[in-house]
Amino acid sequence: MTETLAPAPATSPARLSRLADDDLALLLLIRHFELELLRLYGAGELNGTTHTCLGQEYVPVALRPLLGPGDFVFSNHRGHGHYLARFGDAHGLLAEIMGREGAVCGGVGGSQHLHRDRYLSTGVQGESLPVAAGVALHLRRTEPGTLACVHIGDGTWGEGAVYEALNLAALWDLPLLVVVENNGIAQSTPTGAQLAGTIAGRAAAFGIGHHLVVSADVNEIRPALEPLVAGVRSGRPLVVEFRTHRLGPHSKGDDTRPPEAVRAAREHDWYDRYAHDHPDHFHPLDARARALVEGVVAEVSARPPSRWSPCA
Amino acid sequence: MRVAENLNAALHGLLADDPAAYVLGEDVLDPYGGAFKITKGLSTRFPGRVITTPISEGALTGVAAGLALTGNTAVAEIMFGDFAALAFDQLCNFAAKSVSMYGSRLPLRMVVRCPTGGGRGYGPTHSQSLQKHFVGMPGLALYEMSPFHDNREVLAAMVDRGEPCLFFEDKILYTRPTGLADPLFRVRRDGDLAVVDPDVPELAARPDCVIVAPGGTAHRALGAMRSLLLEEEVSCRLLVPSRLYPLDVEALLPHLGGVVLVAEEGTAGGTWGSEVAHLVHQRVWDRLRGPVRLVCSRASVIPTAAHLEREVLLSESAIHRAVREALRG
Ligand SMILES: Cc1ncc(C[n+]2csc(CCOP(=O)(O)OP(=O)(O)O)c2C)c(N)n1
Ligand SMILES: [Mg+2]
Repeated sequence: MTETLAPAPATSPARLSRLADDDLALLLLIRHFELELLRLYGAGELNGTTHTCLGQEYVPVALRPLLGPGDFVFSNHRGHGHYLARFGDAHGLLAEIMGREGAVCGGVGGSQHLHRDRYLSTGVQGESLPVAAGVALHLRRTEPGTLACVHIGDGTWGEGAVYEALNLAALWDLPLLVVVENNGIAQSTPTGAQLAGTIAGRAAAFGIGHHLVVSADVNEIRPALEPLVAGVRSGRPLVVEFRTHRLGPHSKGDDTRPPEAVRAAREHDWYDRYAHDHPDHFHPLDARARALVEGVVAEVSARPPSRWSPCA
Repeated sequence: MRVAENLNAALHGLLADDPAAYVLGEDVLDPYGGAFKITKGLSTRFPGRVITTPISEGALTGVAAGLALTGNTAVAEIMFGDFAALAFDQLCNFAAKSVSMYGSRLPLRMVVRCPTGGGRGYGPTHSQSLQKHFVGMPGLALYEMSPFHDNREVLAAMVDRGEPCLFFEDKILYTRPTGLADPLFRVRRDGDLAVVDPDVPELAARPDCVIVAPGGTAHRALGAMRSLLLEEEVSCRLLVPSRLYPLDVEALLPHLGGVVLVAEEGTAGGTWGSEVAHLVHQRVWDRLRGPVRLVCSRASVIPTAAHLEREVLLSESAIHRAVREALRG
């Protein structure tokens, strides 16, 4: 029960390929947005809580061109990257988190309860899967070829609703894409202490396909996913499991992981690796993203508070 | 001592005194010690009886019932009380029922702890006060943490009931000191009930208004009592019961006057306060100057942004206003 994350592999992760400018820019936007949030919390300028996706940014970036505007995305507590990959709207998201004018949801939902067009998140683990199944049922009937994509973590596989939804998805041939961001930990609990068997085995139990992604290279991940996502669109539900790494604390300052677990996460971080592998590409875009986010923070912080009137 | 430390000490005491006691919940092990650090030190001192679970509120509540069914004492932590909704079936249809549905009494020593309430900007699904949804379930008792009740004593009372209990713990209260810090007032205990009066015998003997509030609301009520006393020379008495349901209304009666107000953080509609009001009306309607007043949070989701959250949640000034209105009749 006290087992920690698997130690870093003896060999360092493979060299990353050169990314398209827009992919790198998006990765960096998410990275600097999240870093800036932690800084703002540290400085006491933000209220409430937040869960950053530091280290996991490449998951929504890899998926981005594979999902269309007709597809639904269900996000979770760790959803800033999902939102930014879909809308690129750092202003609206920061305004939501800071409760300022222009907030996506008026400052009511905050970091983990967002709704915009076909994008929706909630902070209660597991509850979005059955809802996504319902949406997928609707899409299958009314807009064939579109799908519902749900992001969940490894820990969320503790919730019974996940299995009820998987059963329905398989039974009813639903266009449901379950994206599991397996970062090896749930809050403070290592996956080995909360998940018996494997995610692959659980998908198999329902006759649902499972695709494992261990790479953090968007150029590798995306083409492998493309035909599989096409399969989801024709009614073959799928579980895609990313083995990923949570770089930061669960929320703000609550990181009790042993140093070697944090080190292992850092060694896998695409950010330092990309800077090392492609310095000429990385540095100008990194500086640009940093400046962009600083500008967003300055602009949004100066806005008046959001307005809203209570409704049941 | 802070209330959180008092509760932590109470759990240490329970595990030390009762070799059949278990504590279980999500992320409760050291060094993390639970999302609100209430279980700190427990797993180091009592390994094997402090169990971390997957994110499975329904199952962990069922496991607590199973442990209780086999003669153990089980204390389950729901990380945020909002997620007690995921355990509703285990509580309502199993634990509360099994105490009596098999034709004879089947005691269960089981406590489900629910960190509760808003004020911390956690947003609509992590800030609720769900007490009202559990009121009126035979076989399920509701308690609330209070600055005036020692948690060791409260834990013992819940365990000794031999039926499942929900324990609501206001998250803001965790960081407050135990007891009463305000020299304007004096607190005494009458059984389960904490009675807070102005520290002036003439005022204490004849309060203008009696406020009934669960522990999580007590500080807001006290703040209102202070401003009412200093600014308007209105004296109030505060009654804080530890057990909210079933409520021992007889214990309240000797402390009531003609004007009674119930203050709670739950959102308006179907509240605990309306249950209290009904019980009081049945007993002493003719002694009241008017119906029992209710003051609570607005009938709304609880927003994340601080300035919006404040608009919705019960505040000290709302209690102050409600008392004035009640006195105006
Ligand atoms: C039903 C429910 N139970 C508990 C929580 C508290 N909680 C928030 S995130 C989290 C851990 C989630 O772990 P995982 O699914 O692995 O996602 P990660 O945080 O690693 O991205 C927990 C326990 C919650 N939000 N919802
Ligand atoms: Mg995880």
